[in-house]
Amino acid sequence: MKQNTDQMNRMKQRLLLNNLMKHSFLFLTLIALAVLVILIVQVFTQGIGWLDWNFLTSKLSLNPDRAGILGVIVGTILLMVVVGPVTMLLGICTAIYLEEYAKKGRVHSFIQTNISNLAGVPSVIFGLLGLTVFSRMFNLGSSIVAGGLTMSLLVLPIVVVASQEAIRAVPQFLREASYGMGATKWQTIRRIVLPASLPGILTGMILSLSRAIGETAPLVVLGIPVLIMPVPDSLMDDFTALPIQIYYWTLDAVLTAEYANLAAATIIVLLIVLFIMNSAAIFIRNKFQKRY
Amino acid sequence: MANNNLGVKEQIQQNLQKRNKRLMEKAVPLLLFTAAFISVLTTIGIVLTLVFDTFQFFRKVPFWEFFTSTDLSPLGKDPSFGILPLINGTIISSLIAMCVAIPIGLTSAIYLSEYATDRVRKLVKPMMEVLAGIPTIVYGFFAYSFVTPILTYIIPDLGAKNVLSPGIVMGIMIIPLVASLSEDAMSSVPNSMREGALALGATRFEVTLKVIIPAAISGIIASFVLAVSRAIGETMIVTIASGSSKNFTFDITESMQTMTAYIVEFTSGDAGSGTVGYYSLYAVGFTLFFFTLIMNLIAQYISRKFREAY
Repeated sequence: MKQNTDQMNRMKQRLLLNNLMKHSFLFLTLIALAVLVILIVQVFTQGIGWLDWNFLTSKLSLNPDRAGILGVIVGTILLMVVVGPVTMLLGICTAIYLEEYAKKGRVHSFIQTNISNLAGVPSVIFGLLGLTVFSRMFNLGSSIVAGGLTMSLLVLPIVVVASQEAIRAVPQFLREASYGMGATKWQTIRRIVLPASLPGILTGMILSLSRAIGETAPLVVLGIPVLIMPVPDSLMDDFTALPIQIYYWTLDAVLTAEYANLAAATIIVLLIVLFIMNSAAIFIRNKFQKRY
Repeated sequence: MANNNLGVKEQIQQNLQKRNKRLMEKAVPLLLFTAAFISVLTTIGIVLTLVFDTFQFFRKVPFWEFFTSTDLSPLGKDPSFGILPLINGTIISSLIAMCVAIPIGLTSAIYLSEYATDRVRKLVKPMMEVLAGIPTIVYGFFAYSFVTPILTYIIPDLGAKNVLSPGIVMGIMIIPLVASLSEDAMSSVPNSMREGALALGATRFEVTLKVIIPAAISGIIASFVLAVSRAIGETMIVTIASGSSKNFTFDITESMQTMTAYIVEFTSGDAGSGTVGYYSLYAVGFTLFFFTLIMNLIAQYISRKFREAY
């Protein structure tokens, strides 16, 4: 009898512990999400009052009341004009080579390992690479081209991996059917494989651009010279982008407290852009991705 | 036979087309290989720039002094270059980040993989992805203008720049990484093992602790190592919120500089090309690169070597 109650007690204890742990696991998970909510609420309450049409359409100024981020937005857009095509071209070509042409062997695994290692290199290091190669050796200074090329190399692994997955998901029978009709390898890739994997590639592309838009460190290392930059006219101009401006405004908030609010307002713009881009990526993935 | 019906011009054109086609078939792989090789060139470029300028640096500053001196004042009259304060700052901020990221990340992974219903999982996972997608500069702003003031209520003599607040925020930033990689490892443990243990009368918690975690341990540890590598390489949060004090100290309420923050501070200031200070950037960058590379290789090794295949 006594043994039985002992067993019952032990059973109860174990169930209690299970329940307790379940709820503490849930609680800790919720902490992470709570921080996300706090972060967004805090940034919005601080910045929303400063975010109006004037802020988006006027130029940078030392006077916080008149400062606007037109030049910053133009800088970010021009940066993407460089990053987008360069990354897309290099990324898709690399992915096609690895998936369709390279024989599984030394060369293939070497390039593959190399790409996954590149993905783990800190972004400041890419900044140093850009500073040495693009800024100094190619004499591009801290221009949009230099920043864009540096950023392209940084986000390249994201596009390559996403494109590889998309290409791999194209079923073999489509390729074989194409060969059966007498198409060559390149024709098959161009007319069958690429169209079928396009949604996946585009999703990866958008995600890599959204990484590039938010990345700060490599651009700061390239050395954007002053706080007040004019609106850039060409790709060879010096420039500032959304994250860099947030960085400088946050640093200078020690001198002028309103700069912190400007930084918050710029963050809101940045977060909204990222939200739109990620929604587009999810939309494309759900809408166009075919399952075979 | 069909060809006989065509004129000479058309035949020539057809032959040309065929030749072009054959040429394309040969040229395309070459072009694609060139593109693929750019990624290899990038790695070579990184290593070469770092090695070359680091070499320049060590011609002026003794190797031994760089790695053992705790005195770092690159812009002083009598500049000294000891990397230990930076390594110290990097390790301490990463440790603080790990204290936040590992417990919360691992428990989130356990909850999502073992306890959560499908509906909860579909709600929580996208939110985790949002957390992972927020740019680090935003976290930096958050650490400096929100977390530090709040921490000042608890620790009154906390500096406006300190290593504690960016450490915590960095940990929060890394939670999604630990959570998603560990969850992948745990959900790839086959269901039969789960069900077997449950059928023997174990509770969910016992199953998790004694079956799932041991089976997924390689993936879990690899996620921790990758998280450390991420924390070491993180730049903007520590640059903004941890300041640029180059003191060698273990006091987490004080400002410390990490290797990444040193690189940013020095390049955005005016370090003339060719000075010892300029070359010190690359020496620090090389050390940073070495640290993260080792971490990444360890993570790859662990997940390959100790993987339990079912």
